Amino acid sequence: MTWKWESQRKQYGRALVELGKERNDIVVLDADLSSSTRTADFASAFPERFFNCGVAEQNMIDTAAGLAASGKTVFASTFAVFGTGRCYDQIRQSVAYPKLNIKIVASHAGITVGGDGASHQIIEDLALMRVLPNMSVIVPVDSNETYKAVKTVASNKNPVYVRIGRADVPTVTDKDSPFDLDKASIMRTGDDVTLIGCGIMVSKCLEAAEELAKHGIDARVINLHTIKPLDEKIIVKAARETGAVVTAEEHSVMMGMGSAVAMCLVENFHVPMKRVGIPDVFGESGGCDELMERYGLTMENIVEAAHDVLKRKK
Amino acid sequence: MEIYDGEFISELESIARRVRAHAVKMIYQAGSGHPGGSLSAVDILVALYFHLMKHDPKRPDWPERDRFVLSKGHGAPALYAVLAEAGYFPVDELWSLRKMGSRLQGHPCMRKTPGVEMSTGSLGHGLAAGNGMALAAKLDRKLYRIFVICGDGEMDVGETWEAAMLASHHKLDNVTLYIDRNKLQLDGPTEKIMSLEPLGDKWKAFGWHVIEINGHSLKEIIKATNEARSIKGRPTAIICHTIKGKGVSYMEGSLHFHGKAPSDEEYRQAMEELGVSEE
Ligand SMILES: Cc1ncc(C[n+]2csc(CCOP(=O)(O)OP(=O)(O)O)c2C)c(N)n1
Ligand SMILES: [Mg+2]
Repeated sequence: MTWKWESQRKQYGRALVELGKERNDIVVLDADLSSSTRTADFASAFPERFFNCGVAEQNMIDTAAGLAASGKTVFASTFAVFGTGRCYDQIRQSVAYPKLNIKIVASHAGITVGGDGASHQIIEDLALMRVLPNMSVIVPVDSNETYKAVKTVASNKNPVYVRIGRADVPTVTDKDSPFDLDKASIMRTGDDVTLIGCGIMVSKCLEAAEELAKHGIDARVINLHTIKPLDEKIIVKAARETGAVVTAEEHSVMMGMGSAVAMCLVENFHVPMKRVGIPDVFGESGGCDELMERYGLTMENIVEAAHDVLKRKK
Repeated sequence: MEIYDGEFISELESIARRVRAHAVKMIYQAGSGHPGGSLSAVDILVALYFHLMKHDPKRPDWPERDRFVLSKGHGAPALYAVLAEAGYFPVDELWSLRKMGSRLQGHPCMRKTPGVEMSTGSLGHGLAAGNGMALAAKLDRKLYRIFVICGDGEMDVGETWEAAMLASHHKLDNVTLYIDRNKLQLDGPTEKIMSLEPLGDKWKAFGWHVIEINGHSLKEIIKATNEARSIKGRPTAIICHTIKGKGVSYMEGSLHFHGKAPSDEEYRQAMEELGVSEE
């Protein structure tokens, strides 16, 4: 399959500027990475509503809390590794616990960060964020969905974590395909096996489905863009109808999207299941494709997992 | 001006005495809590809520109100007692501190307690949160002011200094920080655990206007706060020299009572010393 590759960050920047025009309660914070996260676009359009906190992520999050407590809708951005782990206590105490209107939109998540290496490749941010009460967790699948997700979360008053990548990602949705936080989207129908992906791995699931089709296997593909709250209905229905599930995520398999799906299925409907994702190890420097291959995030990994669960099915 | 009015000051002093008694009683009845740091901050809180701050207990969400953040959240009993005395909720509710179902959590929760502006408890967050409120005030062209109390132990926290930089960078002259300089943190004297001096010079170097006062003198607290109000273009830090456990003899300067409830006998003595016979 050939994809059009586009930047999620660019759409984040665009959505922010639009929001800034539409509403003057929108305030944006960054921690010395605005040119990378693209909050710089907002900064130049609305300098008075942009605050660069410098290399001080903890300070950024608590400053965001004060702004949100005073009626602002706050977007706070930095790299995902610093915007979650470095200021976890601040997010827990001052964002999630008081349920403040703060959207942490973190870029450069996962191993597709590439050359910067493990210090910058956060593979546990979904785990950290999804265990926080009151926190929603979203992984937009592509540039279109990033734009929609940012616009959508701006209209609620809750804490939200939005994870986007550094690298351009395959565009798998249309500009006008619907986006609903409460509903995962079915990207392809099929009744033999379900492939649930998030982020860049949805495109790999679609490729895997094509490959499986060559062997007469009809795979259903779900884009699970919202990890929390989890669309349990669509997951259980898919398990019931296809009898086998594979998840795929650019995140540690320890406690990410696949684990959320597994927990849901263990309690609701048992089927053979396999999680494709980064094993319990740190990443390293390398090119995106090399890293995806090295850490088991390829279309072939998904196909193999699908054959495995199909064997165990019935 | 009224601050020199002896009668007015002694009225505040009697409120402070009541607040101290409430705080000790709350902690005694809860069986746990932090009396030392509650008592050292009482006079600052009383000056704020009974004279300096623009607020309305009947309308805790009045948009024009001044904001207060207790960064050292373990001082919650003192804050709750002041809020109750000011009329945010009944004094009788104070005895529910730390109990199941209470609106008065062990550490302040802005979603549960009327009048609490920011959830705190994990040290070192409050000044940055106050800065956020101050930025919002500037954006909205509002005149409300932000008052923050930090413990001197919070001067160890890196984020405190990140926030110090941000406040002076953005010229947040609507922020006033009170440093409860009781010279003790949890494990011992600040100068032994992690020396802070020269503390005033540090804040000056970060671009703040600095005032040093006796943090138990209501007159000095009021005077310094008015001075802070007149300073334009930079925030003010008021280093309040205080005594941990102030008002109860055996708690004064005591490390032991940083985070421990008094025994029955100790409680009786405290009430006596605070001039409240069997509150
Ligand atoms: C981040 C964090 N670390 C540790 C604690 C535990 N703790 C509670 S109070 C305290 C000492 C605080 O000292 P200080 O700020 O001087 O408070 P005060 O003397 O006014 O009670 C500590 C370490 C905490 N609440 N938050
Ligand atoms: Mg102290």
